Amino acid sequence: MATIIGGIATTHVPAIGNAIAKNLQNEPYWKPFFDGFKSAHAWLSVNQPDVVVVVYNDHGLNFFLDEMPTFAVGAAGEYRHADEGWGLPVSAPFPGDPEFSWHIIEQLVGNEFDVTSCQEMLVDHAFTIPLALLWPDAAKRPTKIIPIEINTVQHPLPTPARCLKFGQAIGRAIESYAGDLKVLVVGTGGLSHQLDGERAGFINKDFDLFCLEQLIKTPETLTRYTIPQLVELAGSQGVELLNWITMRGVLTGRVSKVHGNYHIPISNTASALLVLDNQAVKQTELRRAG
Amino acid sequence: MSSPHQIPGTTIFNGAEAQKGLALNKMCFSFNSAENRAEFLRDCEAYCTKFGLTPEQKAAVRARDVLAMIEAGGNVYYLAKLAGIYGLNVQDIGAQQTGMSVDAFKAKLQSAGR
Repeated sequence: MATIIGGIATTHVPAIGNAIAKNLQNEPYWKPFFDGFKSAHAWLSVNQPDVVVVVYNDHGLNFFLDEMPTFAVGAAGEYRHADEGWGLPVSAPFPGDPEFSWHIIEQLVGNEFDVTSCQEMLVDHAFTIPLALLWPDAAKRPTKIIPIEINTVQHPLPTPARCLKFGQAIGRAIESYAGDLKVLVVGTGGLSHQLDGERAGFINKDFDLFCLEQLIKTPETLTRYTIPQLVELAGSQGVELLNWITMRGVLTGRVSKVHGNYHIPISNTASALLVLDNQAVKQTELRRAG
Repeated sequence: MSSPHQIPGTTIFNGAEAQKGLALNKMCFSFNSAENRAEFLRDCEAYCTKFGLTPEQKAAVRARDVLAMIEAGGNVYYLAKLAGIYGLNVQDIGAQQTGMSVDAFKAKLQSAGR
Protein backbone atom coordinates (compact mmCIF):
# COMPACT_ATOMS: atom_id res chain seq x y z
CA MET A 1 0.00 0.00 0.00
CA ALA A 2 1.13 3.58 -0.60
CA THR A 3 2.42 5.40 2.49
CA ILE A 4 2.13 9.14 3.13
CA ILE A 5 5.52 10.12 4.56
CA GLY A 6 4.87 13.80 5.13
CA GLY A 7 3.71 17.15 3.90
CA ILE A 8 5.53 20.33 2.95
CA ALA A 9 3.99 23.73 2.36
CA THR A 10 5.83 26.59 0.73
CA THR A 11 5.29 29.98 -0.81
CA HIS A 12 5.33 30.03 -4.66
CA VAL A 13 5.89 33.71 -5.56
CA PRO A 14 6.92 34.06 -9.28
CA ALA A 15 9.90 36.28 -8.36
CA ILE A 16 11.48 33.19 -6.74
CA GLY A 17 11.67 31.61 -10.21
CA ASN A 18 13.59 34.62 -11.51
CA ALA A 19 15.89 34.57 -8.47
CA ILE A 20 16.72 30.91 -9.14
CA ALA A 21 17.30 31.61 -12.85
CA LYS A 22 19.69 34.46 -11.95
CA ASN A 23 21.41 32.56 -9.08
CA LEU A 24 20.51 35.20 -6.48
CA GLN A 25 20.16 32.70 -3.59
CA ASN A 26 22.98 34.30 -1.59
CA GLU A 27 21.99 37.92 -2.17
CA PRO A 28 20.97 39.67 1.12
CA TYR A 29 17.34 40.01 -0.04
CA TRP A 30 17.00 36.30 -0.87
CA LYS A 31 19.33 34.54 1.58
CA PRO A 32 16.93 34.38 4.59
CA PHE A 33 14.35 32.80 2.29
CA PHE A 34 16.52 30.25 0.48
CA ASP A 35 18.45 29.29 3.63
CA GLY A 36 15.14 28.16 5.09
CA PHE A 37 15.14 25.26 2.62
CA LYS A 38 18.37 23.66 3.85
CA SER A 39 16.56 21.76 6.61
CA ALA A 40 13.90 20.65 4.14
CA HIS A 41 16.63 19.31 1.84
CA ALA A 42 18.19 17.41 4.76
CA TRP A 43 14.84 15.83 5.65
CA LEU A 44 14.14 14.95 2.00
CA SER A 45 17.57 13.37 1.61
CA VAL A 46 16.52 10.66 4.11
CA ASN A 47 12.81 10.73 3.26
CA GLN A 48 12.87 10.71 -0.53
CA PRO A 49 9.34 10.10 -1.86
CA ASP A 50 8.51 8.06 -4.96
CA VAL A 51 5.51 10.24 -5.78
CA VAL A 52 4.74 13.89 -5.01
CA VAL A 53 1.17 15.20 -4.94
CA VAL A 54 1.22 18.99 -5.41
CA VAL A 55 -1.82 20.99 -4.22
CA TYR A 56 -1.70 24.43 -5.83
CA ASN A 57 -3.77 27.11 -7.55
CA ASP A 58 -3.53 28.07 -11.23
CA HIS A 59 -3.07 31.81 -11.97
CA GLY A 60 -4.47 31.95 -15.49
CA LEU A 61 -2.18 29.59 -17.39
CA ASN A 62 -4.32 26.47 -17.73
CA PHE A 63 -7.71 27.60 -16.45
CA PHE A 64 -9.63 30.71 -17.47
CA LEU A 65 -12.97 32.18 -16.41
CA ASP A 66 -14.75 30.40 -19.29
CA GLU A 67 -14.61 27.11 -17.35
CA MET A 68 -13.39 27.25 -13.77
CA PRO A 69 -13.31 24.02 -11.79
CA THR A 70 -13.27 24.23 -7.98
CA PHE A 71 -11.11 21.11 -7.65
CA ALA A 72 -9.15 19.61 -10.57
CA VAL A 73 -6.88 16.56 -10.61
CA GLY A 74 -4.23 15.97 -13.24
CA ALA A 75 -4.41 12.60 -15.04
CA ALA A 76 -1.67 13.10 -17.60
CA GLY A 77 1.55 11.24 -18.28
CA GLU A 78 3.37 14.54 -18.54
CA TYR A 79 2.70 18.11 -17.41
CA ARG A 80 4.15 21.04 -19.29
CA HIS A 81 4.91 24.52 -18.00
CA ALA A 82 4.51 27.38 -20.50
CA ASP A 83 4.91 31.13 -21.02
CA GLU A 84 2.88 32.83 -18.26
CA GLY A 85 3.19 36.25 -19.84
CA TRP A 86 5.42 37.94 -17.27
CA GLY A 87 8.89 36.76 -18.24
CA LEU A 88 9.32 33.71 -15.97
CA PRO A 89 11.67 31.08 -17.49
CA VAL A 90 9.77 28.01 -18.74
CA SER A 91 10.55 24.80 -16.81
CA ALA A 92 11.15 21.39 -18.40
CA PRO A 93 8.12 19.02 -18.44
CA PHE A 94 7.21 17.02 -15.34
CA PRO A 95 6.38 13.29 -15.46
CA GLY A 96 2.96 12.17 -14.18
CA ASP A 97 1.45 8.86 -13.03
CA PRO A 98 -1.90 8.44 -14.83
CA GLU A 99 -2.73 5.14 -13.12
CA PHE A 100 -2.30 6.64 -9.64
CA SER A 101 -4.16 9.80 -10.75
CA TRP A 102 -7.18 7.82 -11.93
CA HIS A 103 -7.20 5.86 -8.67
CA ILE A 104 -7.32 9.17 -6.75
CA ILE A 105 -10.03 10.54 -9.07
CA GLU A 106 -12.17 7.39 -8.67
CA GLN A 107 -11.80 7.43 -4.89
CA LEU A 108 -12.54 11.15 -4.61
CA VAL A 109 -15.66 11.03 -6.77
CA GLY A 110 -16.75 7.87 -4.95
CA ASN A 111 -16.45 9.88 -1.74
CA GLU A 112 -18.55 12.80 -3.02
CA PHE A 113 -15.74 15.09 -4.19
CA ASP A 114 -16.76 15.59 -7.82
CA VAL A 115 -13.44 16.73 -9.22
CA THR A 116 -12.59 17.74 -12.78
CA SER A 117 -10.16 15.25 -14.33
CA CYS A 118 -7.53 16.69 -16.66
CA GLN A 119 -5.70 14.51 -19.19
CA GLU A 120 -4.10 17.64 -20.56
CA MET A 121 -3.06 20.32 -18.12
CA LEU A 122 -0.46 23.08 -18.13
CA VAL A 123 1.12 23.70 -14.73
CA ASP A 124 2.15 27.21 -13.68
CA HIS A 125 4.70 28.71 -11.25
CA ALA A 126 2.61 27.59 -8.26
CA PHE A 127 3.54 24.02 -9.24
CA THR A 128 7.02 24.48 -10.75
CA ILE A 129 8.62 26.78 -8.14
CA PRO A 130 7.97 24.63 -5.05
CA LEU A 131 9.50 21.62 -6.85
CA ALA A 132 12.53 23.72 -7.83
CA LEU A 133 12.88 24.91 -4.22
CA LEU A 134 12.61 21.44 -2.70
CA TRP A 135 14.83 19.72 -5.29
CA PRO A 136 17.20 22.35 -6.73
CA ASP A 137 18.86 19.51 -8.67
CA ALA A 138 16.13 18.45 -11.09
CA ALA A 139 17.85 15.06 -11.58
CA LYS A 140 17.08 14.17 -7.94
CA ARG A 141 13.39 15.05 -8.18
CA PRO A 142 10.87 12.22 -7.69
CA THR A 143 9.91 10.73 -11.01
CA LYS A 144 6.12 10.84 -10.55
CA ILE A 145 4.20 14.01 -9.79
CA ILE A 146 0.43 14.49 -9.51
CA PRO A 147 -1.05 18.01 -9.63
CA ILE A 148 -4.23 18.84 -7.72
CA GLU A 149 -5.55 22.32 -8.45
CA ILE A 150 -7.88 24.46 -6.32
CA ASN A 151 -9.71 27.57 -7.55
CA THR A 152 -8.57 30.60 -5.57
CA VAL A 153 -9.29 33.08 -8.36
CA GLN A 154 -13.05 33.36 -8.84
CA HIS A 155 -15.39 33.40 -5.84
CA PRO A 156 -17.17 31.43 -4.49
CA LEU A 157 -14.08 29.54 -3.33
CA PRO A 158 -14.28 26.28 -1.38
CA THR A 159 -14.29 26.93 2.38
CA PRO A 160 -11.39 26.01 4.67
CA ALA A 161 -13.63 23.31 6.18
CA ARG A 162 -14.28 21.84 2.73
CA CYS A 163 -10.59 21.94 1.85
CA LEU A 164 -9.60 20.10 5.03
CA LYS A 165 -12.15 17.38 4.18
CA PHE A 166 -10.91 17.35 0.58
CA GLY A 167 -7.37 16.77 1.85
CA GLN A 168 -8.57 13.97 4.13
CA ALA A 169 -10.30 12.31 1.16
CA ILE A 170 -7.07 12.62 -0.90
CA GLY A 171 -5.18 11.03 2.01
CA ARG A 172 -7.57 8.06 2.14
CA ALA A 173 -7.34 7.70 -1.64
CA ILE A 174 -3.53 7.63 -1.54
CA GLU A 175 -3.43 5.10 1.29
CA SER A 176 -5.82 2.77 -0.54
CA TYR A 177 -3.53 2.58 -3.58
CA ALA A 178 -1.98 -0.83 -4.04
CA GLY A 179 1.46 0.37 -5.16
CA ASP A 180 4.29 0.11 -2.62
CA LEU A 181 5.10 3.80 -2.84
CA LYS A 182 6.22 6.59 -0.54
CA VAL A 183 4.13 9.70 -1.14
CA LEU A 184 4.84 13.31 -0.17
CA VAL A 185 2.15 15.99 -0.39
CA VAL A 186 3.12 19.58 -1.12
CA GLY A 187 0.79 22.57 -0.59
CA THR A 188 1.82 25.84 -2.22
CA GLY A 189 1.16 29.57 -1.99
CA GLY A 190 0.61 32.17 0.71
CA LEU A 191 0.99 33.19 3.31
CA SER A 192 -0.63 36.59 3.79
CA HIS A 193 -0.52 38.92 0.80
CA GLN A 194 -2.70 41.14 -1.33
CA LEU A 195 -1.81 42.33 -4.82
CA ASP A 196 -4.95 44.29 -5.75
CA GLY A 197 -6.81 47.38 -4.63
CA GLU A 198 -6.00 50.20 -2.24
CA ARG A 199 -5.24 47.49 0.32
CA ALA A 200 -2.35 46.13 -1.84
CA GLY A 201 0.69 45.26 0.26
CA PHE A 202 -1.40 43.97 3.18
CA ILE A 203 0.53 41.44 5.32
CA ASN A 204 -0.65 39.96 8.64
CA LYS A 205 2.26 38.42 10.57
CA ASP A 206 0.19 37.57 13.67
CA PHE A 207 -2.38 35.61 11.65
CA ASP A 208 0.32 33.81 9.63
CA LEU A 209 2.17 32.71 12.77
CA PHE A 210 -1.14 31.54 14.26
CA CYS A 211 -1.87 29.47 11.12
CA LEU A 212 1.64 27.98 11.07
CA GLU A 213 1.13 26.78 14.65
CA GLN A 214 -2.42 25.47 14.14
CA LEU A 215 -1.49 23.55 11.00
CA ILE A 216 0.80 21.24 12.97
CA LYS A 217 -1.65 19.58 15.38
CA THR A 218 -5.00 21.37 15.21
CA PRO A 219 -5.87 22.29 11.60
CA GLU A 220 -9.59 22.08 12.52
CA THR A 221 -9.14 25.48 14.21
CA LEU A 222 -8.76 27.06 10.75
CA THR A 223 -12.07 25.63 9.52
CA ARG A 224 -14.00 28.21 11.56
CA TYR A 225 -13.19 30.94 9.02
CA THR A 226 -15.39 31.93 6.13
CA ILE A 227 -13.74 32.94 2.86
CA PRO A 228 -14.48 36.68 3.38
CA GLN A 229 -12.92 36.41 6.85
CA LEU A 230 -9.89 34.74 5.32
CA VAL A 231 -9.60 37.54 2.72
CA GLU A 232 -9.77 40.08 5.54
CA LEU A 233 -7.18 38.30 7.70
CA ALA A 234 -4.77 36.98 5.05
CA GLY A 235 -5.39 39.31 2.07
CA SER A 236 -7.07 38.65 -1.29
CA GLN A 237 -4.34 36.24 -2.41
CA GLY A 238 -3.61 34.99 1.11
CA VAL A 239 -6.57 32.68 0.51
CA GLU A 240 -3.95 30.36 -1.00
CA LEU A 241 -3.84 29.13 2.59
CA LEU A 242 -6.55 26.76 1.29
CA ASN A 243 -3.79 24.76 -0.44
CA TRP A 244 -1.93 24.46 2.87
CA ILE A 245 -5.08 23.36 4.71
CA THR A 246 -5.74 20.73 2.01
CA MET A 247 -2.13 19.49 2.27
CA ARG A 248 -2.56 19.16 6.03
CA GLY A 249 -5.79 17.20 5.57
CA VAL A 250 -3.89 14.60 3.54
CA LEU A 251 -1.75 13.76 6.58
CA THR A 252 -3.88 11.15 8.29
CA GLY A 253 -1.33 9.76 10.77
CA ARG A 254 0.68 11.19 13.67
CA VAL A 255 1.96 14.56 12.51
CA SER A 256 4.98 16.39 13.87
CA LYS A 257 6.84 19.48 12.77
CA VAL A 258 10.28 18.92 11.28
CA HIS A 259 11.09 22.48 10.28
CA GLY A 260 9.57 25.87 9.62
CA ASN A 261 10.69 29.20 8.20
CA TYR A 262 8.88 32.55 8.01
CA HIS A 263 10.27 35.64 6.31
CA ILE A 264 8.81 39.01 5.26
CA PRO A 265 8.79 40.03 2.47
CA ILE A 266 9.39 38.11 -0.71
CA SER A 267 7.94 40.33 -3.39
CA ASN A 268 4.56 41.40 -1.87
CA THR A 269 4.23 38.27 0.22
CA ALA A 270 4.93 36.93 3.70
CA SER A 271 6.90 33.83 2.72
CA ALA A 272 6.75 30.61 4.70
CA LEU A 273 7.89 27.01 4.70
CA LEU A 274 6.53 24.19 6.85
CA VAL A 275 7.84 20.61 6.81
CA LEU A 276 5.63 18.03 8.53
CA ASP A 277 6.41 14.38 9.18
CA ASN A 278 3.54 11.89 9.02
CA GLN A 279 3.79 8.56 10.82
CA ALA A 280 1.07 6.27 9.51
CA VAL A 281 -1.28 4.96 12.17
CA LYS A 282 -2.05 1.25 11.71
CA GLN A 283 -5.68 0.39 11.00
CA THR A 284 -5.75 -1.87 14.12
CA GLU A 285 -4.76 1.08 16.32
CA LEU A 286 -7.46 3.21 14.71
CA ARG A 287 -10.09 0.56 15.46
CA ARG A 288 -8.94 0.34 19.08
CA ALA A 289 -9.04 4.12 19.42
CA GLY A 290 -12.49 4.29 17.79
CA MET B 1 -24.99 41.54 -6.05
CA SER B 2 -22.09 42.98 -4.06
CA SER B 3 -20.48 40.94 -1.30
CA PRO B 4 -22.25 41.29 2.06
CA HIS B 5 -18.85 41.33 3.78
CA GLN B 6 -17.14 44.61 2.79
CA ILE B 7 -13.39 44.85 3.24
CA PRO B 8 -11.95 48.33 2.62
CA GLY B 9 -9.76 48.65 -0.48
CA THR B 10 -10.66 45.13 -1.55
CA THR B 11 -12.86 43.80 -4.34
CA ILE B 12 -14.05 40.22 -3.93
CA PHE B 13 -13.81 38.79 -7.45
CA ASN B 14 -17.21 37.08 -7.50
CA GLY B 15 -19.73 36.21 -10.21
CA ALA B 16 -20.76 39.84 -10.72
CA GLU B 17 -17.16 40.95 -11.22
CA ALA B 18 -16.39 37.93 -13.41
CA GLN B 19 -19.29 38.83 -15.72
CA LYS B 20 -18.37 42.51 -15.84
CA GLY B 21 -14.69 41.81 -16.50
CA LEU B 22 -14.87 38.88 -18.90
CA ALA B 23 -13.67 40.72 -22.04
CA LEU B 24 -10.83 42.52 -20.24
CA ASN B 25 -9.66 39.38 -18.45
CA LYS B 26 -9.91 37.35 -21.65
CA MET B 27 -7.67 39.83 -23.41
CA CYS B 28 -5.14 39.65 -20.55
CA PHE B 29 -5.31 35.82 -20.59
CA SER B 30 -4.29 35.98 -24.27
CA PHE B 31 -0.99 37.60 -23.18
CA ASN B 32 0.34 34.15 -22.27
CA SER B 33 1.38 34.15 -25.94
CA ALA B 34 4.38 36.25 -27.03
CA GLU B 35 2.77 36.71 -30.44
CA ASN B 36 -0.34 38.24 -28.83
CA ARG B 37 1.75 40.52 -26.63
CA ALA B 38 3.53 41.81 -29.73
CA GLU B 39 0.21 42.35 -31.52
CA PHE B 40 -1.10 44.34 -28.54
CA LEU B 41 2.01 46.52 -28.50
CA ARG B 42 1.68 47.20 -32.25
CA ASP B 43 -1.89 48.53 -31.89
CA CYS B 44 -3.34 48.55 -28.38
CA GLU B 45 -6.62 50.13 -29.48
CA ALA B 46 -7.29 47.56 -32.21
CA TYR B 47 -6.39 44.70 -29.88
CA CYS B 48 -8.83 45.96 -27.21
CA THR B 49 -11.55 46.27 -29.87
CA LYS B 50 -10.87 42.73 -31.08
CA PHE B 51 -11.63 41.43 -27.58
CA GLY B 52 -14.74 43.61 -27.23
CA LEU B 53 -13.61 45.74 -24.29
CA THR B 54 -16.11 48.31 -23.00
CA PRO B 55 -15.21 52.02 -23.31
CA GLU B 56 -14.52 52.05 -19.55
CA GLN B 57 -12.16 49.06 -19.84
CA LYS B 58 -10.42 50.58 -22.88
CA ALA B 59 -9.89 53.87 -21.03
CA ALA B 60 -8.42 52.04 -18.04
CA VAL B 61 -6.03 50.06 -20.27
CA ARG B 62 -5.05 53.22 -22.18
CA ALA B 63 -4.28 55.00 -18.88
CA ARG B 64 -2.53 51.89 -17.44
CA ASP B 65 -4.72 52.55 -14.36
CA VAL B 66 -4.93 49.33 -12.33
CA LEU B 67 -7.63 50.51 -9.90
CA ALA B 68 -9.81 51.51 -12.87
CA MET B 69 -9.22 48.11 -14.46
CA ILE B 70 -10.33 46.40 -11.23
CA GLU B 71 -13.36 48.72 -11.10
CA ALA B 72 -14.14 47.50 -14.64
CA GLY B 73 -14.03 43.85 -13.56
CA GLY B 74 -10.35 43.09 -14.04
CA ASN B 75 -8.80 40.35 -11.92
CA VAL B 76 -5.25 40.97 -10.77
CA TYR B 77 -3.95 37.54 -11.83
CA TYR B 78 -4.81 38.37 -15.44
CA LEU B 79 -4.00 42.09 -15.14
CA ALA B 80 -0.46 41.14 -14.01
CA LYS B 81 0.12 39.73 -17.50
CA LEU B 82 -0.78 43.13 -18.99
CA ALA B 83 1.45 44.90 -16.43
CA GLY B 84 4.28 42.56 -17.45
CA ILE B 85 4.08 43.84 -21.03
CA TYR B 86 5.00 47.27 -19.70
CA GLY B 87 7.74 45.80 -17.48
CA LEU B 88 5.77 46.52 -14.30
CA ASN B 89 5.94 44.02 -11.42
CA VAL B 90 3.62 43.64 -8.43
CA GLN B 91 5.54 46.24 -6.39
CA ASP B 92 5.07 48.73 -9.21
CA ILE B 93 1.34 48.12 -9.42
CA GLY B 94 1.09 47.99 -5.61
CA ALA B 95 2.67 51.42 -5.44
CA GLN B 96 0.34 52.75 -8.14
CA GLN B 97 -2.80 51.44 -6.41
CA THR B 98 -1.82 52.78 -2.99
CA GLY B 99 -0.60 56.15 -4.30
CA MET B 100 2.91 55.57 -2.95
CA SER B 101 6.34 55.65 -4.54
CA VAL B 102 7.73 52.19 -5.32
CA ASP B 103 10.41 52.68 -2.62
CA ALA B 104 7.78 53.67 -0.03
CA PHE B 105 5.67 50.64 -0.98
CA LYS B 106 8.68 48.32 -0.59
CA ALA B 107 9.46 49.92 2.79
CA LYS B 108 5.86 49.27 3.86
CA LEU B 109 6.28 45.57 2.96
CA GLN B 110 9.59 45.41 4.87
CA SER B 111 8.00 47.01 7.93
CA ALA B 112 5.31 44.31 8.06
CA GLY B 113 8.05 41.90 9.15
CA ARG B 114 8.94 43.83 12.27
